[in-house]
Amino acid sequence: MSKVITPNQTEAGASDDTRRMLSQAFSVSTLGPLIALLIASAFFAIQSPRFLTGTNLSLVVQQVMVIGTLAIGQTLVILTAGIDLSNGAVMALGTIVMTKFATDYGLNPFAAILAGLIVCALFGALNGTLVTRLGLPPFIVTLGTLNIAFALTHIYSNEQTISDLPAALTFFGNTFKIGETAITYGTILMFVLFFLTWFVLQQTAVGRHIYALGNNPEAARLTGINTRRLLIMVYSVAGLIYGIAGLLLISRTSVGDPQAGQTDNLDSITAVVLGGTSLFGGRGSVLGTLVGALIVGIFRNGLQLMGVKSIFQVLITGVLVILAVSVDQLARRRQK
Amino acid sequence: MESPAQIPVLQARGLVKRYGNVTALDGTDFDLLPGEILAVIGDNGAGKSSLIKALSGATIPDEGQIFLDGKQVHFRSPLDARKQGIETVYQDLAVAPALAIADNLFLGRELRRPGVLGSVFRMLDKKRMLTEASSHMQDLKIGIRSMRQAVETLSGGQRQGVAVARSAAFARHVVIMDEPTAALGVKESGMVLDLIRRVREKGLPVILISHNMPHVFEVADRVHIQRLGRRVAVVRPHNFSMSDAVAIMTGAMAGEEVTNN
Repeated sequence: MSKVITPNQTEAGASDDTRRMLSQAFSVSTLGPLIALLIASAFFAIQSPRFLTGTNLSLVVQQVMVIGTLAIGQTLVILTAGIDLSNGAVMALGTIVMTKFATDYGLNPFAAILAGLIVCALFGALNGTLVTRLGLPPFIVTLGTLNIAFALTHIYSNEQTISDLPAALTFFGNTFKIGETAITYGTILMFVLFFLTWFVLQQTAVGRHIYALGNNPEAARLTGINTRRLLIMVYSVAGLIYGIAGLLLISRTSVGDPQAGQTDNLDSITAVVLGGTSLFGGRGSVLGTLVGALIVGIFRNGLQLMGVKSIFQVLITGVLVILAVSVDQLARRRQK
Repeated sequence: MESPAQIPVLQARGLVKRYGNVTALDGTDFDLLPGEILAVIGDNGAGKSSLIKALSGATIPDEGQIFLDGKQVHFRSPLDARKQGIETVYQDLAVAPALAIADNLFLGRELRRPGVLGSVFRMLDKKRMLTEASSHMQDLKIGIRSMRQAVETLSGGQRQGVAVARSAAFARHVVIMDEPTAALGVKESGMVLDLIRRVREKGLPVILISHNMPHVFEVADRVHIQRLGRRVAVVRPHNFSMSDAVAIMTGAMAGEEVTNN
């Protein structure tokens, strides 16, 4: 009567153990990308003696700072089985609001930053509301808001670059020194954001709910999770993060540039995918995204040091994306 | 179990539910007694799923009353019913396949760490969830070693086990199972039927909705037969034949004469 349920008990032993090991390896889904990052680093270190210097590595991180931060928001959205094409445009709008408010209106720079962050968060909320209330696919919604944010940026800025910014707006471009290496506060902020997002995703109930929502929305709803509210929250937080990315962009360029961020949406998706997060939602890790962003940065930097033309860097990034997704698919098929 | 004074755990009187011109429930009654497995059977369109939806809070009936332990209740959502101790195992397995077993068992009801870590930093108590998940699974004798395993690595029967364990762990009054064996093979169905019995052994009454007559007659203590939006008969499988039940279900045989068994 009280049979214990262990199907496949005969063949269990070995296949069960390998299965478990595989699934554990994938719970550390950053592992594959991390190995790729290390191999690439080792390769470039051999090719160029300047590669492994502190100054150069600090530069790499600065170069990926904006895309990396955008990719944090992108990761959150992709984990819910969505996608956000509007993030670069929303970020650009945020930078114009921040810089224009601080210069033209002479607003307190902190108030100007806050205004920019709010605009970005509201755009995120708009994306989330359209996705949940109208049931439109995220791809279409954010394609629409991409154009709206892009147009607003150009209308509002009158196509003018905004310069002569107050110091507070470029604070995150300032550096401090560890030994000989200069590190910007902006890179520290990016790492802090990655850590906070990792913490929320891995250590809190909201994080579990985001994974469940992307994995099986109906199951999430039936267990009593308010999936609409959660989705709107995810898009809004992502918007806020794009605003922070905008602030980091200002700190790097010292201007408000209406032309900024036009391909950043695709670059941020590249970082997320290279980091091993599934575009189908519910699987992946924000630390993977950090590794993914660093892989792009290290390839660009390393190839540059080797004297490879920049257009070839783009070509290699394309190959990398396809390679990363194929490896991921193959591994998953073997798991089944 | 035969004592006539038993108060039904879950009871419905005169439930009516209309969808436009269609009357899905036409004044149906329902009684679930303590500690029993009650199967609900009926042809397509008999109002089976409307009845279950009303009892689990998924729809609000137009007329009629529902009583839980003798007290009238009004469920406005499945969450309402859940808060009152009624858990439902859905047909399409409401689990998140990429999440671990423990995460699935506690989905939407996560445990937080004691002290500041839990209240301020909202940190999950992963250790406690793992050990409690493991004890819930052992309660039902589901032999899975690691609660960290992703649900997608399990067989269909084991996945159903996770869904049943979740309901049994949190239900205080009733577990409703909607076609729990529909997607399973013969061997795995047998395991799930054993699971249903173990839930009853824990003292929880079970409502089982199923199309599968042999399964119904194997585990049910009583069978509620629904036809044309009403309860037409309640029979006991051990003194009633499967073909007669089907005859009542399809209207080939009148139900009233066997209702008072």
